[in-house]
Amino acid sequence: MTKFEYAPAPESRAIVDIKSSYGLFIGGRFVDPTQGTSFKSVNPATEEVLAEIAEAGREDVDAAVSAARTAYTKTWSSLSGRDRGKYLFRIARIIQERSRELAVLESIDNGKPIRESRDADIPQVAAHFFYYAGWADKLNYAGFGTNPQPYGVAGQIIPWNFPLLMLAWKIAPALATGNTVVLKPAETTPLSALLFAEICQQAELPPGVVNIITGAGDTGQMLVEHPDVDKIAFTGSTEVGKAIARSVAGTSKKATLELGGKAANVVFDDAPLDQAVEGIVSGIFFNQGHVCCAGSRLLVQESVYDDVLARLKRRLTTLRVGDPLDKNTDVGAINSAEQLARIRELSDVGESEGAERWSPPCELPDRGFWFPPTVFTGVSQAHRIAREEIFGPVLSVLTFRTPAEAVEKANNTPYGLSAGVWTDKGSRILWMSQQLRAGVVWANTFNKFDPSSPFGGYKESGYGREGGRHGLEAYLKVGEAA
Amino acid sequence: MTPRLGDVTTLDEVRLSDVTSSEASLRQFLHGLPAVDHVGAEARAAGLATRSIKTTAKQFAIDLAISMIDLTTLEGQDTPGKVRAMCSKAQRPDPSDPTVPPVAAVCVYPDLVATARAALGSSTVKVASVATGFPSGRTSLQVKQADTREAVADGADEVDMVIDRGAFLAGHYGQVFEEIAAVKEACGDAHLKVILETGELSTYDNVRRASWLVMLAGADVIKTSTGKVAPAATLPVTLVMLEAVRDFRDTTGRQIGVKPAGGIRATKDAIRYLVLVNETAGEDWLAPEWFRFGASSLLNDLLMQRQKMITGRYAGPDYFTLD
Amino acid sequence: MSERLAVKKTYKLYIGGKFPRSESGRSYQVTDSKGRFLANAAWASRKDARDAVAAARKAFPGWSEATAHNRGQVLYRVAEMMEGRRAQFVDEVGSSEGLGRSRAEKVVDEAIDRWVWYAGWSDKIAQVVGSSNPVAGPYFDFSVPEPTGVVAVLAPQRSSLLGLVSVLAPVLVGGNTAVVTSSYERPLPAIALGEVLATSDVPGGVANILTGRVGDTAPTLASHMDVNAIDLAGVAGDDEHAVQLELAATENLKRVVRAPAKEPDWTAEPGLGRITSFLETKTVWHPVGI
Repeated sequence: MTKFEYAPAPESRAIVDIKSSYGLFIGGRFVDPTQGTSFKSVNPATEEVLAEIAEAGREDVDAAVSAARTAYTKTWSSLSGRDRGKYLFRIARIIQERSRELAVLESIDNGKPIRESRDADIPQVAAHFFYYAGWADKLNYAGFGTNPQPYGVAGQIIPWNFPLLMLAWKIAPALATGNTVVLKPAETTPLSALLFAEICQQAELPPGVVNIITGAGDTGQMLVEHPDVDKIAFTGSTEVGKAIARSVAGTSKKATLELGGKAANVVFDDAPLDQAVEGIVSGIFFNQGHVCCAGSRLLVQESVYDDVLARLKRRLTTLRVGDPLDKNTDVGAINSAEQLARIRELSDVGESEGAERWSPPCELPDRGFWFPPTVFTGVSQAHRIAREEIFGPVLSVLTFRTPAEAVEKANNTPYGLSAGVWTDKGSRILWMSQQLRAGVVWANTFNKFDPSSPFGGYKESGYGREGGRHGLEAYLKVGEAA
Repeated sequence: MTPRLGDVTTLDEVRLSDVTSSEASLRQFLHGLPAVDHVGAEARAAGLATRSIKTTAKQFAIDLAISMIDLTTLEGQDTPGKVRAMCSKAQRPDPSDPTVPPVAAVCVYPDLVATARAALGSSTVKVASVATGFPSGRTSLQVKQADTREAVADGADEVDMVIDRGAFLAGHYGQVFEEIAAVKEACGDAHLKVILETGELSTYDNVRRASWLVMLAGADVIKTSTGKVAPAATLPVTLVMLEAVRDFRDTTGRQIGVKPAGGIRATKDAIRYLVLVNETAGEDWLAPEWFRFGASSLLNDLLMQRQKMITGRYAGPDYFTLD
Repeated sequence: MSERLAVKKTYKLYIGGKFPRSESGRSYQVTDSKGRFLANAAWASRKDARDAVAAARKAFPGWSEATAHNRGQVLYRVAEMMEGRRAQFVDEVGSSEGLGRSRAEKVVDEAIDRWVWYAGWSDKIAQVVGSSNPVAGPYFDFSVPEPTGVVAVLAPQRSSLLGLVSVLAPVLVGGNTAVVTSSYERPLPAIALGEVLATSDVPGGVANILTGRVGDTAPTLASHMDVNAIDLAGVAGDDEHAVQLELAATENLKRVVRAPAKEPDWTAEPGLGRITSFLETKTVWHPVGI
């Protein structure tokens, strides 16, 4: 019998010019950090060092905030909404023009498959700027009263899972509403943000409106604690989110937090099973499971458990794990050694707690950070792998018998970011959508995003929404009680 | 021995003879099949269409696709001359390159079966004939059976019949079933390929139900379209049919072939179908016995791409025969 | 002929639709603005606060799943019941806040009207803050507001009735359940309000009212892991206390409405802020296909 082997189809990395070192983007130009310290960004698929990245210290954070304040006071706050919008449209267009380059760079620095950076991340980035560009001169019609005012300087801290997309989610609404920003990308994935700085230059964005400072947690903390920052927007772990909430307590700073999740993906016996399997797969293996809203807990109705599991396992044997730049790769590299260690640790805990572990046969590259798509069955609510966010390609499978039990289990978590429900029955979809305590409910689909669609969590998954009209509120002095 | 993609059982405990024992049980069974989410199915097909098949994989896919073609002419203006020319091309698609495999079959109207049979002689290329009042199927069962028997008597190895879409859409599943069973009987040893005419079925749920219905009735191959109705074959329709044959084998142990037909003209389209087969039903279906393309102009595009792979130059249509 | 001896009311807590004394057995003296004794009020303990949270949680499913129309009817009924007890409220507000009759009447009228204003929002807020989202794909995508859950409400210290209604009504109208700490020095209108709620078809546990020191119960509420949000209005101007409570609230990332520097003028039209602060936006996606 014939075997259809897909030959390597690598995307060329020649389009990307990665410099050997990068400074900080402050006041419209790249500057060296005051202390001169730096760290390395590596390609997680190969462990190759990509560049030396400046580490911003206290004086650098001061300089960036000061540049943002100056830009806010002197230019941005007095610019018309129309012109702010036009800058954002320019940025959106340049992102489209340079989309190939951005996609390749994102895959190199992050480890995600080029198919995803090319077809999901970068188009969404451009769309997000395009969407909020249009709001800039229409804020009076956004339902927040006439002439709603920006906060001023926004400090923004983003994670490594969708580096440029999270940047877009932060910067686009902030600028549209008239704030200026100091953004810190994650230390393992700073490169696309630094390329974005170049895009700001090409767009002739006034200096200081966007400042990009690189560094690790300490840099982020300095930004959060900076007295001249008016607004904090953070996407990342619940643990750090709580620290930020503590930090801003008692100040006049506002914070919006997009944090962790442990989403239930609920499959009923009348579900469109083949599409449900696709939804399960994209729910947990999209972006190596490095997704805060990942469907990491699969809840299957017992009457279709065997069927769903068999279909799921068969489907997983077709997943292609490997070189992120290969256009046929479905699952790329784990973003960092540290994250890989955490995934391994929690998976080992899953096994030791008695869950059954399964992965499809797949050869992993020798170098780089890799973890195979993994399914745990026989998981109960008490298992750590059913409660803690693994943030990796690891699915925990649980069962339920009735809709009420499904809801009870789905909601039995401190998180509340997202949930999935699969059933062919319309009234049940709506009932489940009402019952699930989560900010996003995907019914008969999963992991869908759109600039016009508000996204954010209940409970310990954070507060505030990004996307849509609702996303404006995070950057305007409105909507809060006096 | 190739590994099978798991062992899924859709129909635990279901005895198929029970299923087909009455109109009511047939309906109950077909409506109990898992639903197909329209958007999800299309998204899956579109996702697989982004596979990048290059170099050795592309060479492999092109030759495989050529060997899966049912080279087809189904025009009112068809003549014995036209059919003979096509049969010649079917056996040696590129006269300048003997390494090009022959196609799987030629597909003609019943009255030209004898011509095709004679032209193909002892070739491995099969003769397929549309029958049963193609393409609308609006004749009596007696006529359909006679049409089939004549085609087989004239030398058809395979019969491509159309289902009664009117009966299917009216929910007369038993009628559709009986008609297929009757034609199957008329086929004798010839393979029966049953055309669902998915362009008239409207929904993927219907495509799935029709697939199961005709498989239960004895089809050897399920085929998308006559080519006379738009839309003809599409990737998502074929995806749903591939899922059906996969699940049917898991349930019954019987493997059924799939044939998208109509509208597949370019090499990149054919390769997308092969990717779909590979990642849905699995490699067991990657053979001319189990997967066919109903096409005509596709062959020349495959030949041009094939030559490009060998020479590095883009080919021109003047260098390939028009038959 | 001697005057009839009045029957005096025992002021108790309002928890789970009942009027218990504090489980601690403690009470404290409430005086009028001139320092004259008015009554002994229950001095709520941490345990009372926990009981109130449990009652609020228990009441949450029923209240949050009631139709918006029904919630509006119930809250309007509160206004009706207050109107019927208008004289009592005027007395209590007047003595508590040291207001003359006509000013006390104005305050009570405003408080009644505030219930009416908020009651009307129950079936309108979703239309104002919800949306259908035009996503770029074959999906129907909509966002709806949902109640955040159990809300701890530290009611204002000065405005014992209008301020209280202004922080409680917006919490309830969105479908949340509430645990309220009343003004410490002016708790009597709060208890009277509890009596109104108890007779207004507001299901038991939907609103729970604690009297006593904010400092005793607020830390329990702020750090309680089964409380979803907290309104710090009652510690306006007390920065130190407000910071401690906000810090405690971070433990489970409560939604926090911060305390203003000083208690605001509650007669102004409230706006939507206090409703939306205790609403979550839920976004639902579904494919559109045949």
